Amino acid sequence: MPKVTYIEPGGDEVQIDVPVGWSVMQAAMSNGVEGIEAECGGSCACATCHCYVEGELAAAVPAAAEGELAMLGNVVSERKSNSRLSCQIKMTPELEGLVVRFPDAQS
Amino acid sequence: MVIVGAGLAGLTVAETLRAEGYAGPITLLGDEPHGPYHRPPLSKGYLLGETQEAQLVMRAPELLAKKNITLKVGTGVTAIDRAAQRISLADGSTLDYDGLALCTGSRLRPLPLAGADARGVFGLRSLADSRAIAAALETARNVVVIGGGFIGLEVASAARKKDKAVTVLEAADRLMARVVAPLISRFYLDLHSGHGVDVVLGAMVSELVVADGHIAAVKTKDGREFPADLLVVGIGILPNAEIAQAAGVECSGGIVVDACSRTSDPAIVAAGDCTARRMADGTFRRLESVQNAVEQGKSAAAALLGRDREFNAAPWFWSDQYDVKLQMVGLTAGFDQVVTRGEPKGNKFSTFYYKGGKLIAIDSLNQPAEHLTGRKLLDKGVSPTPEQAADIAFALAGLLG
Ligand SMILES: Cc1cc2nc3c(=O)[nH]c(=O)nc-3n(C[C@H](O)[C@H](O)[C@H](O)COP(=O)(O)OP(=O)(O)OC[C@H]3O[C@@H](n4cnc5c(N)ncnc54)[C@H](O)[C@@H]3O)c2cc1C
Ligand code: FES
Repeated sequence: MPKVTYIEPGGDEVQIDVPVGWSVMQAAMSNGVEGIEAECGGSCACATCHCYVEGELAAAVPAAAEGELAMLGNVVSERKSNSRLSCQIKMTPELEGLVVRFPDAQS
Repeated sequence: MVIVGAGLAGLTVAETLRAEGYAGPITLLGDEPHGPYHRPPLSKGYLLGETQEAQLVMRAPELLAKKNITLKVGTGVTAIDRAAQRISLADGSTLDYDGLALCTGSRLRPLPLAGADARGVFGLRSLADSRAIAAALETARNVVVIGGGFIGLEVASAARKKDKAVTVLEAADRLMARVVAPLISRFYLDLHSGHGVDVVLGAMVSELVVADGHIAAVKTKDGREFPADLLVVGIGILPNAEIAQAAGVECSGGIVVDACSRTSDPAIVAAGDCTARRMADGTFRRLESVQNAVEQGKSAAAALLGRDREFNAAPWFWSDQYDVKLQMVGLTAGFDQVVTRGEPKGNKFSTFYYKGGKLIAIDSLNQPAEHLTGRKLLDKGVSPTPEQAADIAFALAGLLG
């Protein structure tokens, strides 16, 4: 299973094996990673699963669709060029080693 | 602090209490066998086998433990003694509280017909329900859904994707009549018909035909009979307000709360599907949505800490059917004018609802950006003219300044 490194708001790093097909959000939730709320459960409706994709692999993540781009306009922490909604990033073997950082606040 | 009901509202109360600096004990009690999980996928991806159970988890137990929130699952609360500030649990034990949050959610409205308890008849509220329907879908041939509301239609959509013969029986003369305009109802009728669903409007279900303890068919008043080996009943929900009512907390079709989630008892707050909010004009508003559970949950936690946090944002909701995402914001009740923006034939448009010349709600189909602009317009009380709303060349976001 591809590994993803999550950086919590406090700076702690957590490495998780994420099953292919799961979203980056779902693996964070089921493993108790801090810094994510994901109120809508991955329906791209709440913008409380905001993350920053760090490092080179950011370019390997498929581009955000229209709904995600719109919702990114609603995040409460600063929106940066590497901002994504973690519920919209589906794990694939190519994303092995992905690093995502959660912002200080989600709502 | 004690929270009854470990759903989205209950979890939000618990986490907000901690986030707001409350350091004392927090106990979150739920009568289901598992901790908080996401319900929306239960009528969508989970039914199709696209989403697994582990993917529905809202919070891992370790995270709650880390936040020093005590989660007790399989623990039903049976009574509240308000004078003693003590609750009783199903196992006979009791628990004292300083502040109590009632987040008991809702349950399915039962179908008042003989045979409703036959095998092959399901409602959809919990993970257990969805699991049972998903299993039954594997072998079912004829699926009948009673109720053309969101959940019924989402189930119909999932069943069609699994190539089942699907009939939807709706009593009203259009789909989702309680919430959307006739134009949107019409769109969804065509959408479902186009996907091969037999949608029957004005269908008064009169009898369930049961053979060998299993559902076999559904009969309607006009004498028609629809064969069914899987029947899903989606005729709405009832708020779980009984323990509050029995304790003398004011209830009116739900636990009555104000804009800050306070009940008639100063030590008790309530949030989510179980509430009926008293509005300024004296009417009661019931919402059954993720947003309402979260917003009322946050207000409830603030109220327990003696702070006022009003939930004033425009209500929003969504529904996924086939490849169409419907996103709604505002409440359509009492609209006197509807304006369409975009082209309904292209599955991408919005309808703007007006009352007395003021924008009150927007339904968007596959228009996420417009939906979000709409949320901001309604939250700020900014009302484009109907002409502006209808003109796709006019940038609505420009009105937000
Ligand atoms: C299939 C389905 C699809 C949905 N889709 C959407 C959607 O697309 N968008 C949207 O916004 N909303 C959707 N909803 C609605 C949304 O899920 C609910 O509004 C939300 O879950 C309400 O949260 P809650 O915490 O108030 O109640 P619940 O989630 O119902 O949680 C209440 C919990 O309290 C427990 N409980 C009740 N009484 C007691 C007691 N006496 N003691 C202990 N525990 C008790 C219940 O068993 C339950 O676990 C959907 C709901 C369902 C069922
Ligand atoms: S979980 Fe709600 S937008 Fe990602």
